[in-house]
Amino acid sequence: MAKRIDVSGLSAYYGAHKAIDDISMTVEPRSVTAFIGPSGCGKSTFLRTLNRMHEVTPGGRVEGKVLLDDENLYGSAVDPVAVRRTVGMVFQRPNPFPTMSIFDNVAAGLRLNGKFKKSELADVVEKSLKGANLWNEVKDRLNKPGSGLSGGQQQRLCIARAIAVEPDVLLMDEPCSALDPISTLAIEDLIGELKGRFTIVIVTHNMQQAARVSDRTAFFNLAAVGQPGKLIEIDETERIFSNPSVQATEDYISGRFG
Amino acid sequence: MASSIATDTPPPPAPAPAARRNQSTGRAGDKIFLGLSRGSGIFLLVVMAAIAIFLSIRAGIAISEDQGNFLTTFDWNPAGSPPAFGIAVLLFGTVVSSVIAMAIAVPIAVGIALFISHYAPRKLAAPLAYVVDLLAAVPSIVYGIWGALFLVPYLGGLNEWLDSYLGWTVLFEKTEVGVARSIFTVGILLAIMILPIVTSVSREVFLQVPRMNEEAALALGATRWEVIRLSVLPFGRSGVISASMLGLGRALGETMAVATVLSPSYVLSLHLLNPGGGTFAQNIAAKFDEANQLGRDALIASGLVLFVLTLLVNGAARMIIARRKEYSGANA
Repeated sequence: MAKRIDVSGLSAYYGAHKAIDDISMTVEPRSVTAFIGPSGCGKSTFLRTLNRMHEVTPGGRVEGKVLLDDENLYGSAVDPVAVRRTVGMVFQRPNPFPTMSIFDNVAAGLRLNGKFKKSELADVVEKSLKGANLWNEVKDRLNKPGSGLSGGQQQRLCIARAIAVEPDVLLMDEPCSALDPISTLAIEDLIGELKGRFTIVIVTHNMQQAARVSDRTAFFNLAAVGQPGKLIEIDETERIFSNPSVQATEDYISGRFG
Repeated sequence: MASSIATDTPPPPAPAPAARRNQSTGRAGDKIFLGLSRGSGIFLLVVMAAIAIFLSIRAGIAISEDQGNFLTTFDWNPAGSPPAFGIAVLLFGTVVSSVIAMAIAVPIAVGIALFISHYAPRKLAAPLAYVVDLLAAVPSIVYGIWGALFLVPYLGGLNEWLDSYLGWTVLFEKTEVGVARSIFTVGILLAIMILPIVTSVSREVFLQVPRMNEEAALALGATRWEVIRLSVLPFGRSGVISASMLGLGRALGETMAVATVLSPSYVLSLHLLNPGGGTFAQNIAAKFDEANQLGRDALIASGLVLFVLTLLVNGAARMIIARRKEYSGANA
């Protein structure tokens, strides 16, 4: 069930270092929101605050609120483990569980949720692999290790693993940066298909990719190295890339900066 | 060999003088290093071969003189006439005490390693790791004295408890009175002695689990234990096996501590709590000084069996690791 994300006044720290400062934004359900910006501007850190992954880094700490529909992810009674079961994540480098078969990789999240019935698992695994456009390539070798697939296939396996648990939100942290152009295209097509079912947030260094896949784009920047990253603006992707309202955005996308 | 590499390489096309000098020092370094590393490798093989040949010759002499069956005789009497000796008691004592040690030490070591690598706050983890490593620095004779003076008297209660509740298994039935200078006590002492090595190696392996593997589990909503089960243990599995084998190697060959704790007797008893029994290394240490020529050869023959046993154990461990190689973390 795709949900709306409402962030208000969010800052994140690594120990004493403030990585992102006072970010507020709304992410619409059933759409793709892209985060762009120069390296070190905190877009990945911000993404990781949306499923409470930031705080697993030693010294990681967050202030502010993230509402998923109406529930504050940082409420005192909220279990971060439960948050991560409803907000899925795909990483920069494909990270299937190396010791598990393709089937077990996709089923891992379901098993964590206490689903063990073989027939039920098989159904969801097939559906998820089809959803990730990987089924036809792996249906004859579901018991082979996931680490034997190509990079692009592994990344789609990770997407299948993430969507198998039917999350509310799917976070993607530069999901194509380790892939070749053809695999990248496959993932981008997949993102287009998935946005009908999920709220998708994608961090990317590739501005063409942001322009191709996203409905809305947020531009992050930092005043100087060592300064916290800030949200400069968020708007319709088309508008960001044609007629942004802030000069810094214009400079960045036209390559005069960063 | 080294010169053939140099001649195989086509001459560089008229390099500048400075460049040539750099290159030639590089080549010389290559040759020296190649020689050193190859020499070290050959040296190792020569040493191994020398040990194996020495052991085999002396053992062959002993076994040909043996009037009993070297494998099944329950006696060690190379000075008798006719000389009769067999390793059955030693093999049993060595294997059983090491198995007890592994059964106790490996789960505890994995637990300590996981605690240090994944649970303990950093301020506690470093000193704890240091203390565990320190345990490895204690000389084995000190373990032996501690075992004899502390462990043996204090295990009496545990032995009674095991006897009354698990006596029906035969293994834990104590049929002889006497202090706990038994194979079981040796197993417990060996467990403590191999704990540091198994712990440190496991800890290092657990610390090497790629961050992204753990994050994969975390992002699926895994609890800390589930992260360990999904990512850390599968990745560390072969490392834990290797660590256990290192520990087992030490347990199989441990001499002084066993000799100090055990009250040796040349009997093979399934009652592990009874005093008595023996191990290869303990038997060699106890009898070498007073043995005659044949007696020494006989002890060397038993040492050769220990050598082969260790090789077999290592081979088995490698097979276990290799069998699931394509699933190992290495090709991630």
